[in-house]
This record gives sequence, structure tokens and C-alpha cells, in this order.
Amino acid sequence: MAKKFVGQSIKRTEDPRLIKGLGHYVDDIKLPETLHVAFVRSMYAHARVKEVDVSEAINAPGVVAVYTGADASALIGPVPCASALPDLKVPDHRVLATDKVYFVGHPIAAVVATNAYAARDAVDLIMVDYEELTPVVDVEEAAAEGGPFIHEKFGDNIAYKLTAGEGDIDAALAGADHVIKQRIVNQRLAPIAMEPRGVLARYLPGEEELTIWSSTQIPHLLRTQLALMIGMPENKLRVITPEVGGGFGSKLNVYAEEALLGWISMRLAKPVKWIETRRENMQATIHGRGQVGYLEIGCMNDGTLAGLRYNVFADLGAYYQLLTPAIPTLTGLMLSGCYKIPAIQINVTGVFTNKVATDAYRGAGRPEATYVVERALDLVAQELSMDVVEVRRKNFPAPEEFPFHTATGLFYDSGNYEGALKKALEMSDYAKLREEQAKARAEGRIVGIGVSTYVEICALGPSQAMPAGGWESATVRIEPTGKVTIMTGASPHGQGQETSFAQIAADELGVDIKDVTVIHGDTSIVQYGIGTFGSRATAVGGTAVFIAIQKLKEKAHKIASHLLQADATNVAFGESGFSLQKAKAAVASGVEVPEPDLPVGQAPAGALPEPETDGKHVTLQDVALAAHLAKDLPPDMEPGLSVTYFFEPKNFTFPFGTHIAVVEIDRETGDIKFQRYVAVDDCGKVINPMLVDGQIQGGIVQALGQALYEEVVYDEQGQLVTGTLMDYAIPKAAMLPHFELARTETPTDVNPLGVKGVGEAGTIGATPCIVNAVVDALAPFGVRHLDMPLKPETIWKLIH
Amino acid sequence: MKMSLSMTVNGVAREHEVEPRLLLVHYLREVLNLTGTHVGCDTSTCGACTVRLDGQAVKSCTMFAIQADGSEVKTIEGFAGEGGQLHPVQEGFWECHGLQCGYCTPGMIIAAAQLIERTPQPTEAQIRHGLEGNLCRCTGYQHIVEAVQYAAKKS
Amino acid sequence: MIPAQFDYVAPATIDEAVSLLSQHQDEAKILAGGHSLIPAMKLRLAQPQLLIDIGRIKDLSYINEQDGQIRIGAMTTHYQLESNERLRAICPLLPECAAHIGDVQVRNKGTIGGSVAHADPAGDWPAAILALDAEMVAVGQQGERVIKAADFFVDMLTTALAPGEILREIRINAQDVGGRLGQSYMKVAQPASGFAVVGVAVNLALDAGGVCQSSRIGITGVAVKAYRASGVENALKGRVLDSQIIAAAAEHAADAVDANEDLYASADYRRHLARVYTRRAIEAASSRAH
Repeated sequence: MAKKFVGQSIKRTEDPRLIKGLGHYVDDIKLPETLHVAFVRSMYAHARVKEVDVSEAINAPGVVAVYTGADASALIGPVPCASALPDLKVPDHRVLATDKVYFVGHPIAAVVATNAYAARDAVDLIMVDYEELTPVVDVEEAAAEGGPFIHEKFGDNIAYKLTAGEGDIDAALAGADHVIKQRIVNQRLAPIAMEPRGVLARYLPGEEELTIWSSTQIPHLLRTQLALMIGMPENKLRVITPEVGGGFGSKLNVYAEEALLGWISMRLAKPVKWIETRRENMQATIHGRGQVGYLEIGCMNDGTLAGLRYNVFADLGAYYQLLTPAIPTLTGLMLSGCYKIPAIQINVTGVFTNKVATDAYRGAGRPEATYVVERALDLVAQELSMDVVEVRRKNFPAPEEFPFHTATGLFYDSGNYEGALKKALEMSDYAKLREEQAKARAEGRIVGIGVSTYVEICALGPSQAMPAGGWESATVRIEPTGKVTIMTGASPHGQGQETSFAQIAADELGVDIKDVTVIHGDTSIVQYGIGTFGSRATAVGGTAVFIAIQKLKEKAHKIASHLLQADATNVAFGESGFSLQKAKAAVASGVEVPEPDLPVGQAPAGALPEPETDGKHVTLQDVALAAHLAKDLPPDMEPGLSVTYFFEPKNFTFPFGTHIAVVEIDRETGDIKFQRYVAVDDCGKVINPMLVDGQIQGGIVQALGQALYEEVVYDEQGQLVTGTLMDYAIPKAAMLPHFELARTETPTDVNPLGVKGVGEAGTIGATPCIVNAVVDALAPFGVRHLDMPLKPETIWKLIH
Repeated sequence: MKMSLSMTVNGVAREHEVEPRLLLVHYLREVLNLTGTHVGCDTSTCGACTVRLDGQAVKSCTMFAIQADGSEVKTIEGFAGEGGQLHPVQEGFWECHGLQCGYCTPGMIIAAAQLIERTPQPTEAQIRHGLEGNLCRCTGYQHIVEAVQYAAKKS
Repeated sequence: MIPAQFDYVAPATIDEAVSLLSQHQDEAKILAGGHSLIPAMKLRLAQPQLLIDIGRIKDLSYINEQDGQIRIGAMTTHYQLESNERLRAICPLLPECAAHIGDVQVRNKGTIGGSVAHADPAGDWPAAILALDAEMVAVGQQGERVIKAADFFVDMLTTALAPGEILREIRINAQDVGGRLGQSYMKVAQPASGFAVVGVAVNLALDAGGVCQSSRIGITGVAVKAYRASGVENALKGRVLDSQIIAAAAEHAADAVDANEDLYASADYRRHLARVYTRRAIEAASSRAH
């Protein structure tokens, strides 16, 4: 069947409600008698809480209740961490602080009031008596022996140590012609989804049902965890994820506030709502990155890579969130980049600090690795006076070497790194760029060209490698009226799967895209699912949809054959439904039968009609009707037309690409201006090119934010210096170049759609590209590495 | 101390008694239940709360409702024309994939509409500069720029 | 996000506003465009008990010319200044400076009077006010008085306005900006807030031969308050402004200045940027005068 929708830039079906302001994010859901929660949060990074005096607050106008750690913490289970690592020290993370506070923003008390204004007022009336303790802020100092220790019972601040990798790294580095060392920092970043977190909880005491509306990426996993934390049956707990205003990993989590709101609603038997302020979001929603590492890369004189070692201190924060300790392990997995490196070793030291937890932020460990590897390749090129492109090329595996085994233990599914590189070189006219750079340098201008050839790990992932299941589910149902309903366990939040999954279904079922509805984000409607993160929704969730449709078509085929009174092998599925195959039909009747115009099945106004067939054709809609009426089905056929499928991927996928940036630096001020930005990405087959471009562009901008502007800064006292959007700079439109995008398409056999995933590609590929460009610009000044964000002042100092 | 407030919102006359500290954005969202106007920060930075006040794009989080007494306010819900005809900027955002999560979108659309009113055929640089009061974390802005170009052509 | 409670009053006349402010003094705050005050109230960094909204007073929003002066009402918005065609011809520094403030929405609502009276050390207007040697008309219980720009900015967030006084109007002497006018405003914006890391306003008058008759240079963002770069002005006076003269003069842009430090820029770098941007702003102003 010809594909009408897949591969096309179909306008999103999500958009009409969103551009009219009619979508519903958590705070847009209004329930009668809702109470509002505001939090008292620690103003210190590290302190003993001697007393929390709530007496004035509890009597304040509108205040219904105040809960402290003493009230709630023993009754609600700990905030979960799903990462299991050998010898992992796990702090007891309660929903409210009890005896100590561990970071600025650590919740101490929850005020419940009749409206948000009264709740906020009462926060100021709660007196917390603190005894300040020495804060532990710097990750390397924290890892050193001797106190102070954040969790005293552990006797140090080391959460875990882990070594991974294959090959004899010592021998590899000893045998290399050159070994280059570099300290590399991936600074802490704040995800800043434009919609902060929010929770609305409603307990119905009669039904004994708790519904939690939360701005989350993982409704089902959240439900399971909250059921365990609150101690209620999972099947009495419903999580609804309405519109989610961006996540970027920050909502791939289970937060204290989610459990606490549910618990409060149960105690008060009223709906309760908490909407995070941006200031709270900066303090108490997870941060990303936060790695200080030491790279050693060994190479031969001809540029061949010999080995790579990365010793990294991961700044985990004071407590774990869902995946905190696991993120650096993803860094370890991706340290081979898109290169043949015979020996790789990562040594991770996970370190507690008096800060909020780090966890998954767009890319989640992989941008850190790619940054290290892509900086390493430039360091090698500089050391050997080779072109940065040549040194990369020299170490690429060829397309026929896939599946490609890395010394980090992965098998890359498919790749054509040279193909993407070549296209990017052509688009940017790389040779000419270098000529122009030489000319510019001769004129005294400071121009740099950055290249990054990246690979990423997507479509997370095989369940063996995932903490809580890596499959995804889909139900595809054709309703009696012929409309198609898809329920996906992936819970998108801006990625557009309501459209792209409908594209898949419309093509596979030969229906109009308007007749397909994609439902997600409600645990009482949708079968269990995993969620949207790790560039997995289409590759894993979309595949589940695709396979469910195939199974549904098999059943429909049987019903159709039955209705046509034909052998199934003589019935074919096409644009207009099931037909007796022409040749065979003609043979059967002895005369040539003209192709009739077939009516599309119409939803009846009143009672359901009978399925119709002219004996030669039956529409899918009529098959669906017949399946539901069940008056004339094949013997032993189960009625209905609905298939649920759980897809377990056999591997990750490994999208890749080449980014090239050209920058010019203002000699006087150190300002960086982009002249070009070219990105060639290969995410396998593309369902909707417009959506893929959107993911790439957004991803590049978050990378650019890390490279040039963003950094969560805590001062020596552990105070959050970048506590508002007036201090923490995320990119604005005018700071950005126009991106020139292109694609290559190397399918994967990991899933039948051939898609690889694209949500994190831009963020992974672009950060080192930009830094490489700036370092290249500054090479004549003897610069070989710079730490991010690349502030004009730093650059100015290097020039002068 | 509550004060009486009257304003026209999306063409409908509204009257309420409000606390003077009630922010315009909360009046729209909580009192009038016009939840298309969003709150994305607490420092007047992000622009998600942008509405039109007497024809000018303003950040409704940085005004008390009482300051808008007697004014005419238009929110995203009132942005489409007669019979639900999309505004050219709304259309541009849909056509050009100018939104992903949609949270910044209402404010972005209202700011973009003001931009086109004042600069009917904006250059890319003018568009980017004109949207400096609106943050988007999803799109990387390029499709937003294209959406505004689309709308400028249509207008 | 939610301000503390306060009482609110919107007087109809400036006299009424002055009288209220005198009664309540420190407990009260004047609400103009609100774009400095309301964010501070939302973070509860400011918790006034009474807000006196001067937005309902008639005739505080205007740009006109009278007695050889440009007169600007305190409630005139940044956008009104940015988009005023007449100003573009007779005092382009005002629209140019206005266009650098915040963002479109902020400029639509924020006012010159509020901004000048707030005296944020990283605000844009103070640089222009100094470069134009503007006069601030303050109204108090004792009536009106005129405060010269040079006397107006006292310290961080502190002006020469006495308790109980309200800024009513800003005046700029048109004769001062006659002749071969050269003005410009250039700025390094802090990437998160958009406030000035360095903002330089230049107002030059050249004679027919290109000799600098007078210059006034206001610099904001660098120190606790905006200041006049008198060392630069002296070095320009009486000289034909070629690039060497300009560069040498600009070197004095941060002489003896105790510069601010923050995440974005150290004191040294700020002083350096002040020199670079002063040179660039003078070059731009000078080229416009030719």
C-alpha cells in the first residue's frame, strides 16, 4: 500500500488546541473545593533543623493544615531510586526533611490553604530554627577524605565507585605514540521546561480512589512508585498526564511533592494542588550533567586511536532521584563515540554534594561522553597537526563493519559515518571554509571551524539494560464505527506522537489520519507503559503501534475472508479495504468483474447498520462492525477488533551525524558570533520530517545553551546563585544562528519501522561542535581546551 | 480589602471584586478560567503570560489586575477571528511547526502578532529581536521564525 | 510569584499622590509601569504596605516641546519613546536607548519615570539621562523642584528624590542638542536578564569642521550608579574626532571607577567593556554627526 502519510511533513493534530489556548496543563484543571499547597524550603545548603514552629501559620487565614517531616516522613515511603549499582550507598530520601536539610530548596514543610495566595502567605509565618553546618559544594573536594560528610553514617561522600570498559587500557596507553591528558568539565545545567512541575491530587473516600494529575513523562511508572510510597493498591491509583509543557528528562522522575500531594489529599479528602514556581524549579527540580573528569587519550602518529581513559567525578547532589547514580554509567557506555578505540576505561566516582540531585537531562550522560570524545579527537588532531576531519575519518568503522562492537560493550546497529560527514562537508564547503579561515586569520580576524561527528544511544531500550522495563506498549482498536483508537504507553510532551503515530496507523490501515485518535497519559485508560524519554517514543512505542496494527490486520483479514466467503489467501488488503483478488475473483465467476467504486464505511446516525459487502469487497470499517456485532464471525473467533502489543526491543539504536559550526570572535570583547551552523543527522527512517527538524533544532539550541550560556552556580556556601531566569540564561531567539539542516537515512533492523530516534541528537552532537569551533578559533593563541560555558570574558582574557 | 474591577476580556464585559495584589494573570486564569495564558517564571522573563492590554502586548504576570481596570484585554482564547478563523500567526505556528509542548505558544503568538503589526515585513533578525521577551525551550525558535514569516506574508 | 498583601490607591491627581506619599512615607511605594517593583514584590523582596498607582493620573504620559525643551511625562512608556518619530529627528538617543530596554512587552508597559526613579545600576535610562544632561522635575509637598541629572543618581537604587517626592517630568534642553548632533547608545546585555553589563550613551556636538564642541557620555551597568565619563569628555573637547583621538579618549571610560562584579563579568572585564563600548559608541555618534 502506498504511504500517504509516513515520510510527510503532516501538520500536527495536537496544535489546534494549543494555538487556541485550549489545551489543559495541570494548572489548567480546576476541581471544586481544591486546596492549594505551598512549601517551606531550606534556605541553607546544609543545616540541622532544630525546630519547625508552625503555630502561627496554622492559625493564619485560609490555612487548613501544615505538615512537617515529623508528620509525614514516617508515613510515606522514601523517594525512589531505580538504579541498582554494586555497593551503592543509598541515603534515606524522605518527602520532607526531618532532622537535617541537605540543599537549598529542600522541602521542610507543606502548607495547605484554601487558595494559593493564603498558602504562600503562611509560608512566611513558619519559623525554622537551623543550626548551620559546613556545606559540601565542590565535587572534587567532597570526594576527598576527611569531612564534612553529608550523610554521616556513610563516613565519606562517595556514593559509589565503578569501573567499566574493555581492552587493556594500561597497555594501550603505554603503547601509544602520544597520550594526551585533559581535565574536562560538564557543568551543571537546569532543564527549565517552560511549564514547571505541577501536581493535582484528588482522593475520593467513597471509591477509595486517588487520582493524581502530574506533569510527568512517565505516568505508569509514577503510579507504581506512588502506590508503593503512599501504601495504597496500585489499581486504586490513577495517574493522568495532561498536556506537559516540556520535560527534557526533568519530569522523568518521581518527586517528593507528587507523593506528598496524594497523601495530603487522602488525609483531607479534598483535591489539593501544587504548582511549582520557577524559583522552586531552579532549586528542587533535578539538574543535569555535573561531571568533572580527567581524560587520557592515546593515539598513534598516524592518528589511529589506541585507547581512552576517563576518570570522572559525578556531582550527584545530596539525594538520589529516580536515575541519579545511573547517568554517569551512560557516559561510560558512549565513550567510544563513532570511532574504533581498542581499549576504553571509565572510572566513575559518584559524589554526594549539598545540592539538588542531578539526573536525566536531555541526553542524560551521553552528551557528557560525546563532549569528552569529540574534544579528545580535536586534541589528537591538534597534537598531530592533522585536520580534525581526517583524524575522525581515520577512526570510523566502515558501514560494513556493523553491527559494530565497541570497547564499552555495545553493538552499534547500523551506521554510515562517512556518509553523514561527507554530506556536511559538502553543504558547508569545508575546504573553502578552511581557506576563508586562513584568509581571515591573515587579516587578524579570529575565526574557528568546529566539527563534531557523533553517535548516540537511542530507543531506550532492551529491558535487560533498563532499570524498570524498556519495552513499550500499544493498543490499537477499530471501533464499531470504523474510527481508529490508539493507546500508547509512551507519554509524549511536545514530541508530536499524536500525529506521528496516527501517520503510521493511517498508512497501515488505509484510513484517513483524521479518523485516528492517539490516547496517552492516563493509567486508567491506557495499558501499562513506560513513557517518553531516551529518544524512545517512536522507535519503541511507534513500533509497538506498528506491530499491534499488523496483528489487528491479521484478525481483520480472517473476518474479511469469512465475510467474503473466500479463502484468506485469495483476499488482499488495500486502500479501500479487503478485496477478493481480481484474477481469482474473475476465475471464480468466469467473467471479468469491473472494479466497483466502494463507499467508505460511514458512522451511522442512529442504530448500527449491518456490515455490508458486495461479495467481492469489504471495507475495514465493515469488518470492524462485523467484529463487534459478532453475528457472523469465523468459528471460535474472539469478537471485537482490538490488539494490545508490548514491544521489547532487541537492542538500542545508534543514530549519528556530523555538525559543523563556524564562529567568529570579537577580538576586543571575546564575543562569539556564529557565521554558519550545518547539521547532518541520521536518525534512520523518518516518519515526519518537520517534527524531526524541530527536534534537531531544539536539541541544538539546548546544546548551544550549555556551550555558551548555561551553568547552575552554587557559591561556597551552597547558595544557588543562578536561582531565577534573570540569572540563569537560556538561549533567546536573537542569540542563535539559522541552522542549515540535512539528513542521511541509514535504517536499522532493530525495529520494523527502521527508525532510530532523534529527541536528543541535537543536544548530543552540537555541544562539542560549538566548543571545538571556539577552541579552533583560539588555537593561534595556544588554546587547546576551554571549559563551558564559554564566556566572552574568558575568551577575552585568553586573547590578551 | 477587595476592590471592584471591571474590564472587557475577549469582548466580554467582566466585573469582580478582587484583592489589589491579584496579578492580572491570576485574574484571567483563576477568576475567569481563561487558562490559555500561562505562567513560566516569576521574574517577568519568559513571556508565557503575554496578553494584549488595550492593543499592546504585555506580561500579565507583571501587572495587578486592578491596574487593568477599565481596560480591554485580549487573551489567546480571543485571538481567532469571527467564526473561529485562525489568526494568521496562529495559522503560521500550525503550518510551520512553531510549537512542540505548546506552553510558550500563546504568549509567543501574541508577541509575534504585535511584531507584525509594528513591522509588517520583518527580516529574520527583526523577528528574532522582536521575540526577545518570549522564551521557548523546545523549538530552538527556527520554526517560530518561519511561522512569523508565514504570518507576515499572509497578513 | 505571589506578592504580600498591600493597600492600593490610584489617585487622580499628582497632588493627591504626593499627599498620600507624604503621609505614608516608607510604608508606601509609587507604582508606575511596575516593571521593577512588581517582580521585586513577587519575590517578596519588596513588601510595601501601600501602593500608590500613578497610572490613573491624567497627563503624565506625553512627549512635547516647550520653551526650547523636550518634556517627557514620567508615565511615558519606553515604547512611546522608542517609536516617537519627532524624537528620532531631534534627540535620537532617547528612542535608541528605549529600544535597548528589556523586551517588547516590558517596553510597552514600563515607563521612563519609573525606571529613572528606580535607579537600577544596570538600567539603561540613567546613561541617557546623564548624556542628555536632563532635568528631573520632582513634585513634593513643597511644590516642584528641578534636579539636574548630575545630581540625581546618588547611589545604588537611590536618587536625589526626597521622601515624599514623585518624579513628574523629564526635561531635555533642545538647544543643547542642536548643531551637528551625534548621539548613540550601545550596550552589552546580560544574556539572562537583558540588563546592561555596560551601557554607554554618547551625546556629541561637532562644529562644521568636525571639532568636538561638547560631549557628554553617560555609562551605566559598570558601577553602583550610572556616571558621566568626564575623562573621556575632556579628551574629546576641541579635537577633531578621528579614530585615534576617540580610542585614546575612550581609554578613560572607567577611570577611578569601582566596578561591579557578577557571574557574567568581573570588575576588570566590565571596565574593559566600558572602554571598548565607549569607543564604539563615540565612533557611531561621531559618524552620525558627519
